[in-house]
Amino acid sequence: MEHNIWIYLLVMAAVSYLIRMAPLVLIRKEITNKYLRSFLFYVPYATLAVMTFPAIMEATQVPAAGLCALIAGIILAWKGCSLFQVAVLCCAVAFLVELLPIF
Amino acid sequence: MTTENKICFRHGMRDGSPIALGYFAVAFTLGIAARNAGLSSIQALIASALNNASAGEYAGFALIAAGSTYVEMAVMTLVVNARYLLMSCALSQKLKPDTSLRHRMLIAYDVTDEIFGICVAQPGYLNPWYAYGAIVVAIPGWALGTFFGVMMGNVLPTRVVSALSVGLYGMFLAIIIPPARKNRVIAGVVAVGFAASFLVNRLPLFDGVSTGIKTIALTVALALAAAVLFPTDTKSSVGALDSENASHSP
Repeated sequence: MEHNIWIYLLVMAAVSYLIRMAPLVLIRKEITNKYLRSFLFYVPYATLAVMTFPAIMEATQVPAAGLCALIAGIILAWKGCSLFQVAVLCCAVAFLVELLPIF
Repeated sequence: MTTENKICFRHGMRDGSPIALGYFAVAFTLGIAARNAGLSSIQALIASALNNASAGEYAGFALIAAGSTYVEMAVMTLVVNARYLLMSCALSQKLKPDTSLRHRMLIAYDVTDEIFGICVAQPGYLNPWYAYGAIVVAIPGWALGTFFGVMMGNVLPTRVVSALSVGLYGMFLAIIIPPARKNRVIAGVVAVGFAASFLVNRLPLFDGVSTGIKTIALTVALALAAAVLFPTDTKSSVGALDSENASHSP
């Protein structure tokens, strides 16, 4: 059977939206359970850390460029640079490292 | 719109701009995958504007190319995007309890890694207009990036695309590192997160597991361990999820 691309797109969109919408609409109160609150407090840090490394090394042509960008990003963020500054400087570091003749 | 909402909207647009740039670059490469799956540039544009999910869309395009069933598509989208379920749960605690249904349904539209990241980094409760500000600049970046990716293929030099794609990770670092500096438990979660993620991605044992599942499993394990070992102070308001840690935002 021939499948319709538009139906595929509709299925994808519906599932993607429902996943995001359900918790925001269903959880209306502040959660009082200490452990559940703590869990949700740590979720962003855990998930963003897990998604950053080692993925950053696979985003660039040369893994070392991603690694250098990671180190630069950690130092810059530690020093208090803004979101935009960190993002742009990470790109610059990755770009410059990939220009090095050793790669 | 009240003055406060206007200010929040503008701040959202400001913080959303680097996200839009990064999205454009990433979506450009996604567009190439869409083209390979047989989508037109308009279909890819619509797919991105409706889904706002990089891994989810990659997986979806692969299924379209393979001619899978609609049920398989639904299950795959659910699995690959399941981390958004967790993020929305966490984000629900950043909203004032009396936030209207309309606001909740609109914010839900674009809970992505990046938008979620900047929203939880806001001090105190999240003003929905901040999210809207970020969303109105981020979605066009994402959707148009996919559109041009299909249309123009490899017109940007690979070096530029690869350098730009690092920007999204830079943004993640700007979100997690400043709080980690102030809170040792967060620092531990980040460090262990890096190490565990590296191992799980490199050990052949986990080769058959999708990236989405790995991300969810590690997130749950880490956050659970941290919550059991170091529960946060119950007296502080959850609405201020990390207000004391968010003082880095300008």
